[in-house]
Amino acid sequence: MALIEVKDVFFTYQAGVEALKGVSLQIRDGEFVAIMGQNGAGKTTLVKNFNGLLKPTKGEVLVDGVSTRDVSVAKLARTVGFVFQNPDHQLFSETVEEEIAFALRNFGFEASAIEKRVTWAVNLLDLVDYRKTSPFMLSGGERKRVALASVLAWDPKVVILDEPTIGQDYRQKENLRQFIVQLNEQGKTVVVVTHDVEFVAECNPRVILMKEGKILADGKAKQILTNTSLALDASIVPPQISQIFQGLSFLGFPSDVIDVSEAKNLLVDRLRELRS
Amino acid sequence: MSVFEGFRFRHVSSPIHNRDPRIKFVFVIALFVVAILFTEFIPLLVLFFLPLPFVWVAGVRRQWLRSLRGALFLAMFIFVFNFVFGYLYKSYPSTSSLLEYSLAMFLRFLVLVESFSVFFLTTSPDHLSLALEQTRVPYEFTFAFTTAVRFVPVLAEEAQTIMDAQKARGLELERGNFLKRVRNYIPILIPLIVSAIRRSLELAEAMESRAWGVTPKRTNLYVLKIKLGDVVLLALSIVLLVVGIYVRYFVPIPQLSTFLPPLPF
Repeated sequence: MALIEVKDVFFTYQAGVEALKGVSLQIRDGEFVAIMGQNGAGKTTLVKNFNGLLKPTKGEVLVDGVSTRDVSVAKLARTVGFVFQNPDHQLFSETVEEEIAFALRNFGFEASAIEKRVTWAVNLLDLVDYRKTSPFMLSGGERKRVALASVLAWDPKVVILDEPTIGQDYRQKENLRQFIVQLNEQGKTVVVVTHDVEFVAECNPRVILMKEGKILADGKAKQILTNTSLALDASIVPPQISQIFQGLSFLGFPSDVIDVSEAKNLLVDRLRELRS
Repeated sequence: MSVFEGFRFRHVSSPIHNRDPRIKFVFVIALFVVAILFTEFIPLLVLFFLPLPFVWVAGVRRQWLRSLRGALFLAMFIFVFNFVFGYLYKSYPSTSSLLEYSLAMFLRFLVLVESFSVFFLTTSPDHLSLALEQTRVPYEFTFAFTTAVRFVPVLAEEAQTIMDAQKARGLELERGNFLKRVRNYIPILIPLIVSAIRRSLELAEAMESRAWGVTPKRTNLYVLKIKLGDVVLLALSIVLLVVGIYVRYFVPIPQLSTFLPPLPF
């Protein structure tokens, strides 16, 4: 059964902007999904419908078989964790461990369980040294990790990350990527909203491409990101590796390569062939 | 938040919008002072209807009604408090006169809100700062004032995002007793205040990098001039004030209960 099922959802903001115009999709347990598209395509609006922060104006969103209309955000949040774009919108506690414990208290965990989970989360995101530090004293990347830890601590089935790579240096981004891939391999359903094509290319998830409140395409990253006309239509540029291989297609190279190590292997094989 | 809705300016042109903001302010203050002078129901009822033609001419009926609706809750509060405490301390000769007094207080609050609402609905922030500047308020204060007004919607939007972020972490704003509910707002207020302070520091840096305050004497593209309509409004304000003071001190104000049959209790 689908973990999140979106049935022909329309959403109009109070100001009158129609952000979603008939979106249907299913996300199964354990999937890794990237939602991409230009600014204002409705990506964030869509994922805010996943945890009930927004309720569809028309249509229905089912989380674990329950309509988001019938339960509160707090209930849904137990299943669907949402990491917001800007960690400064949620940090408020005096220490990092208090910050992580906040949601656990809201969900009614017992004191001993809270202590265990906080320890687990600070270890997971390499925040052990900052347990007693104020989140406001940390750097941008560290604050982002605190925000992530505070959501992962309650072990939601689904984790939604809104623009996780914005304002992060390459190393942090790479760490984050490995972390997300690892989470997904351990069976967590991950939904990422992003503009970052290179980031998605290296994760190789299922890609949902949006434009003007509708789904433009839905499929493997390999197929979607290498489809130049589709990518242009959604205002994204194919990853650089894909651009090189499309330029090399006259030499008989496949044109659907997005992964750096796969590209390297193809080139090495060809060079070996030429040498022998 | 709907009270604030009634104070948000929209750009349109009408005889009221085009009036000099200084004169409009004088009018609002005159209305304000006269409303404070009276504690009786009938004159306050008259004052309540006084700004209606202005609202009509300016074409801001919807927003104006919304601000009144927003103020209604507080006004009810004032009514109930006045009535309950007046009753407990028996400070009025009869229930009907107490009821009338409480109603008058209710109305007085609405008059204050509606007069300021009309002012802010029909005065653009630019005009307002221009008016302040031309009344020789130092530019630093004028700028601070307009910036504050300009950032209200930005902060409101940010508050919404923060609320969403905390709700997504299981915060239930509406749960618990009164004290718990107040405490529920801490996770919202702290990020909001922190980000407002950060934003203001950034704004200060951005202003300085664009040479804010380099020329001591500023000039303006637009200059406010008093026109015929403004003179009429000023005259109106003076008449209102004079009549108000005269009625207050020299005319016996009838009680509503003299016109109506006595209450059954």
